[in-house]
Amino acid sequence: MLGKLTWSAIPFDQPIPLVAAALVGVVLLGIIAWVAVAGWLPYLWREWITSVDHKRIGVMYVLLGLVMLIRGFSDAILMRSHQALAYNALGYLPPEHYDQIFSAHGTIMIFFGAMPFMIGLMNFVVPLQLGVRDVAFPTLNSVSFWLTATGALLVNVSLVVGEFARTGWWPAPPLSETTYSPGVGVDYYLWAIQISGIGTLMSGVNLVTTILKMRAPGMSYLRMPMFCWTALASNLLIIAAFPILTATLAMLTLDRYLGFHFFTDEAGGNSMLFMNLFWAWGHPEVYILALPAYGIFSEVISTFSGKPLFAYRSMVWATLAICLLSFTVWLHHFFTMGPGGDVNGVFGITSMIIAVPTGVKIFDWMFTMYGGRVRFTTPMLWSVAFLVTFVVGGATGVLLAIPPADFVLHNSLFLVAHFHNVIVSAVVFAAFAGYAYWFPKAFGFTLDERWGKAAFWFSLVGYVWVFTPLYVVGLMGMTRRMQHFSVAEWYPWIVAASLGVIVMAVGVVCQVVQLVVSIRRREQLRDLTGDPWDGRSLEWATASPPPSFNFAVMPHVEGEEAYWAIKQRAREQARLREEPDYEPVEMPLNSPTGFVCAFFATLVGFAMIWHIWWLAALGLAGAFATFVAFAWRDRVEYEIPADAVARINRENRASRLDALQQARRKEAA
Amino acid sequence: MSSSAAIPGGLPDVVPMRRDPNHLGHHAAGEGESRATGHGTGGPSSKRIVVAYGFWIFLLSDIVMFAAFFAAFAVLRGGTAGGPTGAELFDIANVAIETVLLLLSSFACGVATLALNARRALLFQAAMAVTFLLGAGFLALELREFTDLVARDAGPTRSAFLSAFFTVVGCHGLHVTAGLLWLLTMMAQVFAKGFRPDILRRVMCFSLFWHALDIVWVAVFTVVYLMGSAA
Ligand code: HEM
Ligand SMILES: [Cu+2]
Repeated sequence: MLGKLTWSAIPFDQPIPLVAAALVGVVLLGIIAWVAVAGWLPYLWREWITSVDHKRIGVMYVLLGLVMLIRGFSDAILMRSHQALAYNALGYLPPEHYDQIFSAHGTIMIFFGAMPFMIGLMNFVVPLQLGVRDVAFPTLNSVSFWLTATGALLVNVSLVVGEFARTGWWPAPPLSETTYSPGVGVDYYLWAIQISGIGTLMSGVNLVTTILKMRAPGMSYLRMPMFCWTALASNLLIIAAFPILTATLAMLTLDRYLGFHFFTDEAGGNSMLFMNLFWAWGHPEVYILALPAYGIFSEVISTFSGKPLFAYRSMVWATLAICLLSFTVWLHHFFTMGPGGDVNGVFGITSMIIAVPTGVKIFDWMFTMYGGRVRFTTPMLWSVAFLVTFVVGGATGVLLAIPPADFVLHNSLFLVAHFHNVIVSAVVFAAFAGYAYWFPKAFGFTLDERWGKAAFWFSLVGYVWVFTPLYVVGLMGMTRRMQHFSVAEWYPWIVAASLGVIVMAVGVVCQVVQLVVSIRRREQLRDLTGDPWDGRSLEWATASPPPSFNFAVMPHVEGEEAYWAIKQRAREQARLREEPDYEPVEMPLNSPTGFVCAFFATLVGFAMIWHIWWLAALGLAGAFATFVAFAWRDRVEYEIPADAVARINRENRASRLDALQQARRKEAA
Repeated sequence: MSSSAAIPGGLPDVVPMRRDPNHLGHHAAGEGESRATGHGTGGPSSKRIVVAYGFWIFLLSDIVMFAAFFAAFAVLRGGTAGGPTGAELFDIANVAIETVLLLLSSFACGVATLALNARRALLFQAAMAVTFLLGAGFLALELREFTDLVARDAGPTRSAFLSAFFTVVGCHGLHVTAGLLWLLTMMAQVFAKGFRPDILRRVMCFSLFWHALDIVWVAVFTVVYLMGSAA
């Protein structure tokens, strides 16, 4: 009846996960109870859970990313503190638990922290920058988000029910085959990633279609803001790479569930096939994350330097070059596993070639700042810090791309330091830069700058503090994933890294405090104009938060930096443009499809992990029924009358006019 | 930073257009009467183009997935572990009949599209029914092949080669099954709701899907059966 699921799946003998889960459970229940008592459940259901508005979905993605980044960070604290106590000792975590922690940490950070954060920002910003009402397929967008949430839920359920993979975040066979991993850990990994991966793929299709087919009139390719370009490149990579991951994980699933022999040791299976397929997805994945990050830095640096992006066209070319090249380097992830000298040589060189377009970008960003009036706001601080630290990470990457060096450094903490160096400074810094930059657009008030700067400085110092020692011990020969060690020279460095994590933790706390403080002080931080940073692209042309339809009348783009030109003209003439003729707007209706689909997907995933076949069948049938019900709807849109559109737009026009006149008076005085 | 530091400007709500092509709804840029390419000249494309384009991209990604399975098959083709090889197992005559059924079903699907465009409901339903029967016939033959192989101790667990074989062919078969479910849904929808624009778009996507399965099958036929039995 319940497959492999029994009471023994719950690790009553392990205090750490149980206490942690109980704590989280209590907090969650508390929040739900509080929301229910306050009577907000209908509001949540109507305005968020069933929303198909790209802005709401984007915000939910970012929230998921934030929570999961913190969840992954708690694993990092465990790992660092465990190792600090594991010199000539056993540390405090049982070995099999430690293995689950580094696997869960990597999986959560990549798939449920970084990815939702980037996808969320793209979802929120891209349609606004393109001057359109929504993405191409709004309901599908909601399905994508909720499937991602399903994956995150499954990974976290593994904390209490059963176990997580002990194979690392890339579940390499034959270790991940049933022979060596008989438990449900790898199955949790497989179903969580498979389900959320489908969501990611659909969101990629959605955004590519939006960018290629839905731009406002006049918005030709070379007038698109840089963030739209990098979003396009990133989503093209999703479309080309995620199906490979889907296929690869499907093969591993068949091996584990039905005794197939794709990657097994016996019956002709080939585990190197897995390495090739996995990294044919895995390396592009790095750029799926990094490209939107580059886009965020481009927007932020240009806005806060008060200048157009330097050499915009070379940025576009560099973006596309990276997009293509990212598919030519996958083999550098297994130089040491026997491809041979010639092959290694070719892939070593292609790996280094990517440094060229990346270097072009770095110079473009620096020249954008050069001669500009730079304002060091929080988003700008993250961007400048990125410029410095990312170059270090890139240099160590070029080092690792030399096959002989990789033979020494492979699987060492040097490697761990390298990829955190690039992924934290590119993706996490960009995430926080974008978060602070677009927060006022989403909510109509800015974030508290003092707490933001505190968060930035603690995070930056902590991050350099954690990973510099790891470079050092890596060069001294310490390998990754060590449960304990007895080399005296390593010990001080490991202790130092642990102290750094404490500094980082202060940064995380500041980040949370910043949000709380800003919400409480929102009246003082309110921005009525919709353009708090003196922005240059179209998202700043509408009110904050934007009305559901984004733009009262569609913008007409007449040059690069669509909004800047309009704004300059308004300033010169000291008045806004003529009021347009308002027309009624039609918008897609809310739909619970996404949420219901994800509910059934969760059932299917959980049932498959525990071999509860009837439940899996039930879940699939439910999902199909949901689709049919969705397809059967007769009313899919609602109309916002023209006078409502007019009223909403006039409010924003009034406050803009007000600010315009204030600015002029100040200038005159 | 507070709003006092802001330097605002005018809204870009300029160029009053007779009708806002930026509507998501089915008026405005509408169901296909708009000529906009979405390339920045006339604003967003019509809904019909957007849907078809998005579905195309999805199909491309599906083909990438098949490509991964094909790659696996090519690598594992020799991994027979002492078991039977493709040359010993494949019955090309059976595969040829399958191919004919599938190609004919695509033809019937094309007829259904024409009937749809001519708004001839009866012809549409008949052509779709024929499509369904041909597709189901294809699936039946494939299932027979599979059970036959399993009975001869050449099931997917026998060797890596057979694992890959069953996965590639089975994945295509699963797509056909999903297509058949979809097909029935579309027949029901046209029956219940008539030629509504959104239904027309869905049928268009379905036919794209069905023809794409043909293309994938040609690859299966070549890579798996022809090259696989040569090995
Ligand atoms: C915030 C501070 C972070 C700290 C202190 C940290 C620390 C660590 C440590 C100690 C390991 C294990 C190294 C070993 O194998 O011994 C690790 C692995 C890993 N981390 Fe992080 N990490 C952090 C953030 C991130 C972020 C933001 C990401 C990605 C977005 C990330 C992705 C990974 C991955 C993919 C692994 C490999 C897991 C495996 O071995 O399978 N980490 N991290
Ligand atoms: Cu790589």
